[in-house]
Amino acid sequence: MNDTMSRFRTMTGHRLFWPAAVLFAMLAANTIYRPGFLSIELKDGHLYGTPIDILRLSAPLILVALGMTLVISTGGIDLSVGSLCAISGAIACMYISKQPDQSSIAVVATALAMAMGVSLVLGAWNGVLVAVIGIQPIIATLILMVAGRGLAQLITEGQIITINSEPYRAIGLGHALTLPLAIFIALAAALLVAAFTRRTALGMIIESVGGNSVASRLAGIRSGRVIFLAYVISAACAAVAGFMMTANVSSADGNAAGLWVELDAILAVVIGGTSLAGGRFFLSGTIIGALIIQTLTTTVYAMDISPQTSLLFKAVVVIAVCLIQAPAFRARFTRRRRNAPPPAPVADKPKEQVPA
Amino acid sequence: MTTGTLTAGRNRFRLPRKQIPVLATLALLLVMYGIGVSQYTAFSNVQVIFNVFIDNGFLLVVAVGMTFVILTGGIDLSVGSVVAMTAMVSAALLQDGMPAALVLVIALLIGPTLGLLMGCVIHFFEIQPFIVTLAGMFFARGMCTFISGASIPITDGFWTAMSQERIGNPRGNFVSISVLIAFVVVAIAAYVLAYTRLGRNVYAIGGNPQSALLMGLPVGRTRIAVYTISGLCSAIGGILLSFYTLSGAPLIAVGMELDVIAAVVIGGTVLTGGAGYVFGTVLGVLVLGVIQTLITFDGSLNSWWTKIVIGGLLFAFILLQRLIGIRYK
Repeated sequence: MNDTMSRFRTMTGHRLFWPAAVLFAMLAANTIYRPGFLSIELKDGHLYGTPIDILRLSAPLILVALGMTLVISTGGIDLSVGSLCAISGAIACMYISKQPDQSSIAVVATALAMAMGVSLVLGAWNGVLVAVIGIQPIIATLILMVAGRGLAQLITEGQIITINSEPYRAIGLGHALTLPLAIFIALAAALLVAAFTRRTALGMIIESVGGNSVASRLAGIRSGRVIFLAYVISAACAAVAGFMMTANVSSADGNAAGLWVELDAILAVVIGGTSLAGGRFFLSGTIIGALIIQTLTTTVYAMDISPQTSLLFKAVVVIAVCLIQAPAFRARFTRRRRNAPPPAPVADKPKEQVPA
Repeated sequence: MTTGTLTAGRNRFRLPRKQIPVLATLALLLVMYGIGVSQYTAFSNVQVIFNVFIDNGFLLVVAVGMTFVILTGGIDLSVGSVVAMTAMVSAALLQDGMPAALVLVIALLIGPTLGLLMGCVIHFFEIQPFIVTLAGMFFARGMCTFISGASIPITDGFWTAMSQERIGNPRGNFVSISVLIAFVVVAIAAYVLAYTRLGRNVYAIGGNPQSALLMGLPVGRTRIAVYTISGLCSAIGGILLSFYTLSGAPLIAVGMELDVIAAVVIGGTVLTGGAGYVFGTVLGVLVLGVIQTLITFDGSLNSWWTKIVIGGLLFAFILLQRLIGIRYK
């Protein structure tokens, strides 16, 4: 019995246990509420079903959250990702809408390259503010968060730009191998980031900078460069997410595209177990976090509750997950649990001392 | 205050460093006002300034609460939603025929209660303020739509009286009661920060929480108090907003927290905490208000220019704080 207890304790102690448990509980609750929730069917060679929808809709959030994970890991935060989504989507749609042949692959590729270029420049701007000038990350990126929304509206001239381009639409709604293309894009991005951070020293360098940037610099790591890089990667991820969001609706709205995605992304990262104080980061946790948020949204839609009211549920989940993960809360909880039992097992006191 | 006079005493001909951001904001405000007056004849009317106060009274009150939080080095993202929730609750309760006085009390209690809870979670469970107040923001915004999906008009006699009452001189210039309430809040906050024990504690915690703790200051109590104050200010702001619009709408004041943070930063408060003044925050709110007025007067500029200009100003002021070497993480 002691063995199972300790095994249980190691399992609950695993960093992915609580996020995964929450996700599983939500899926289970959904299935009980609506038995058809998990069913997937094959139609015209494409898979359809709520789980597929959740995966497809969470793709932009996963992308943004991946970049955010790296930034948060360096001890920073990037509030500008939502505005960057709007800007990249606006530039791409604006360029495509001005061309005579909107469905040409070359046009779409040019549009994507232009938008990506601008996003990288804006990411570099964030990076310079934080790494070179040394401004506090929340504020440095707040500048672009506020001004970026204005820039996106400036690009679209306050209009909603509608386009009719098949290749562009495919980014959001296309299919490959019976699954939505968006899933593969998000997966590819996740694998790419994972490969670069976990198969090279980059990940450890980022973590060490987040843990203590001064100590890392003294140890010979160019902290500034690493921080700069994190913001550029975050901007690139946000740009791709922006393409997806605008491709989903075939239109760019400078006001609404990517609104509040930065908050969702930060949530996903925190739910995934990465500390906002910087240091260790968990890409898999982030992805589970993003899936939790999207599942919650889908659940609420399915239950006919207004999307705004869904924020209530989000608040509850955020607080619950954060409390469970907070060391202070856990310590309080376990101390109480440990304090309560002693009266009973007084008899086998010597046995207790061994594992302790 | 003490540091200011000390520095002034040592280098008599140099401006006290801590006050440079506030002075820069003041200079900027005067320059912008000067541009307005020179460009548009109607701008010199005193009523233009009064209108800035009337339109931004609630923003001012909320920004004062945020100043407390930012001075301790925290942040409160929930303010915009709490403003909306307060307005929404008042509108809903009034619609049900509850007496105005009771509604006021209930509405003014909700904000501080939420603030108190958030402060407790932040302090006792050591979760970052950013995340806790984000959850508070979601909660309050969710409550708004939970109460009603559509906007609720307010027809109560007290509310309409407060909304329409004009205090002014015979020449026709006037301010609303909301502006007076905002001024009272500003005065109380300025007094609390400068002359009370709580105010000193707020600065001490913002300067260095560890030192504050080692000095035996009540860090936890102050931190919780600060979020409660911010909640109270948001609640007052919500009441003022409902006076101003005479309705409660679920999507009102979305994104207001950003304006508030921008106003506080432009007003010279350092985001890592420990330095800043309520007076600076007043100036910051005025700067935002004057920008909006200038853009309205121009007519050819679109509303999105407001955001771009605010972003630019934020950048300029942060760079300024950085250049004059105020402690920035």
